Amino acid sequence: MEGNKTDRRKFLDKGLKIGLAALAGSFGLSKFSSKLSAKNSRSSADKIELMTTDGKLIQVDSSEVIEVEKHNDHDSTYNVREGMANRKFVMVVDLAKCKNALKCQSACNKHHYVTGDNAWLKVYDMQESKDTAHYWMPMMCQHCDKPACVTVCPVDATFKRRDGLVLIDNDRCIGCRFCMAACPYSTRVFNWGEPNQEVTLNMDLIDHMSSPEHAGKPSQIGTVDKCDFCPHQVQEGDLPHCVTACPNGVFYFGDKYEDTVTNGEETLRLSQLLEDKAGYRFLEGLGTEPSVYYLPPVDRLVDFEDGLEFYKEYESVEKPEQ
Amino acid sequence: MNTYKALVKDLAPKKFHKKDQLWMLFLSVIIIAGLVAYIDQILQGQKVTNMNDYALWGIYISNFVFFIATSFVGSVAVAILRLTHNNWRTPLVRIAEIITVVSIVMAGITIMIDMARPDRLMNLFLHARLQSPITWDVVIIPTYIVISLLLLYFPLIPDFAILKNYFRKKKPKLSKWYGKLALNWTGSPAQKAIQSKSIKIIALMILPVGLLLQTIDAWLFSTTYRIGWDSTNFAPYFISGAMVAGIGGLICVIYVVRHYKKLEKYITDFHFDKMGKLLTLVCLIYLYFNINEYVIPLFTAKKGEATHLDTLFTGSYSVLFWVVTIIGLVLPIIVLLFKNGRKPKSMFFIALIVVIGSWWKRYVIVTPTLLHPFLPIQGVPESWRHYFPSFHEWIITISTLAMALLLITIMVRYLPVIPIQRTADELGLNKKEQEENIEL
Repeated sequence: MEGNKTDRRKFLDKGLKIGLAALAGSFGLSKFSSKLSAKNSRSSADKIELMTTDGKLIQVDSSEVIEVEKHNDHDSTYNVREGMANRKFVMVVDLAKCKNALKCQSACNKHHYVTGDNAWLKVYDMQESKDTAHYWMPMMCQHCDKPACVTVCPVDATFKRRDGLVLIDNDRCIGCRFCMAACPYSTRVFNWGEPNQEVTLNMDLIDHMSSPEHAGKPSQIGTVDKCDFCPHQVQEGDLPHCVTACPNGVFYFGDKYEDTVTNGEETLRLSQLLEDKAGYRFLEGLGTEPSVYYLPPVDRLVDFEDGLEFYKEYESVEKPEQ
Repeated sequence: MNTYKALVKDLAPKKFHKKDQLWMLFLSVIIIAGLVAYIDQILQGQKVTNMNDYALWGIYISNFVFFIATSFVGSVAVAILRLTHNNWRTPLVRIAEIITVVSIVMAGITIMIDMARPDRLMNLFLHARLQSPITWDVVIIPTYIVISLLLLYFPLIPDFAILKNYFRKKKPKLSKWYGKLALNWTGSPAQKAIQSKSIKIIALMILPVGLLLQTIDAWLFSTTYRIGWDSTNFAPYFISGAMVAGIGGLICVIYVVRHYKKLEKYITDFHFDKMGKLLTLVCLIYLYFNINEYVIPLFTAKKGEATHLDTLFTGSYSVLFWVVTIIGLVLPIIVLLFKNGRKPKSMFFIALIVVIGSWWKRYVIVTPTLLHPFLPIQGVPESWRHYFPSFHEWIITISTLAMALLLITIMVRYLPVIPIQRTADELGLNKKEQEENIEL
């Protein structure tokens, strides 16, 4: 859509107005008529099945099928600060399935080369009050639609994109840590010293241009880092590292506009999932409008205690052995 | 003392003695130590501090807030007393103006110490975003620096002219400098009219700008969701706290300067009594906002609020909190209510307690709140659940305080700490004698 519009604008800007438009029109007409005639001559064996956006299966003649031109993310018009067009990334975390396996955390630490003492994704031992049950709660950047961190940043180093992501430009951050004070979810992490990523980063930086779309590659001293929702994975058509690493299918990632989320095994309707399982957002009362939804920890298959095996109160990043 | 000559001789800056030079040397050593520590912080990063992802601001910020607060004295002691026609302010305003300039300059420096990437300072201008309270600070601090410099400078012009003549033979070089700063002041009616009008405008300007400065400082905290900061009470709370810190600092400096410069004739018990009453008033106002801030939330005691207040009242910060509140605020009010409590010596100690209390008060405002986020503190080293400044932080912070004292000392050395011209005018000293351009 967006691409078409700009194409058309450019087209008009070039000064090829009515005359050319008429020419194109007649060209289109002739194409249309040729299609019509072709349709009559084709056999019905060439039909293929497709699924519409509302989930219905339909049959379409194969000659009608044109591959959608993929948005080229490496073209010069792509703006990292604007993000991907017509997307709105969301995550759903099913607390009923989480048993603190911490595979999400180690995958995140590995792929973002986290070397500090504080992971970007942490699984909290939560308990609302002393008579209620303990449960495990994975917590990462909530990519709020009304992000407190973005509001207070004096230099626009952390920014909100139209696809819902809140990212950090580490080349611009001045290290005032106001965003960390503003974030109610305690998900922002600071590089107090030199990140020392040599051990983990090694060869991965060859031919790599640092980008807010892959936080931590590399990290910079005196700047803030946090979960980036892995847009670098999305660009490759993959799911975020925590989603693919989780052995229990806790994390669902998807697009709110498409109303679908997937944990890699099953793909579900977001709205239906939230309705069926009474999804909620953390600290909704603050009005930050997070992009992460939680499903309450009900009907759990495993005991909370099983997760205690991996629970480390004072550590979230494993240090490489010297 | 009733001759003009004697007055000028009394009030003109005097050469430093051995003792003073030793004092300056002592301060310089501390400043150099702080500078070394700061360079080390730049090289190694802020891991040399004890700050962490939870206690993400520490004494650099509370020290910054302290300097902002003491800089408010220019607005209170000069502008407010002027607008309310309190003429006893005359021998006190110059020192208040000096403290204001020094404090606000130091505030500007200390906030940069907290920046982890001072090399990117220009980003604050190149990529400024108007919605961030830090940008408001970037606007208001330089503004206040300019206004407070003007507030110091304009009333000094006639004094510079006097000093130019006074030092003409004794110290021609110094006299030349004073002459340049005097901007060809002759004391003509036209010049006087311009000068008094300018001072009036500056004094009027420093009041709203000073109020804004304190307010923005409070908004740095109250624009976050943090329990203990997220308070609509914060701006007036900070403004009243700044009055306390400012007046306290003023009394301390005045006492010391009066003692060393032997100005007892000019700054009398009467002045201390008046300042004592002013300090009582601002302390009472501050107490009122403290009650708003710490007692009223007890009634609803929302969970987060209750945890925060528990830490302050009975928990890990309770000793500091009660010392700062009882000794730093309530005790001074009680002592100052008595006439004997408002004698110079007693006032000096009370003011000293108030200033030290004010410094720690800001520590109590900044630190405990950060250690009580909405989520429990998990998955980080045990040490991250507490905060106490590191050696680097202490050295750097103490050196900023030393730098403030050094700047004040230098200004006291070269500027007449009591306005000469104004004092002469108020005493009604012989006009003719003044015009003779006396050379001593």
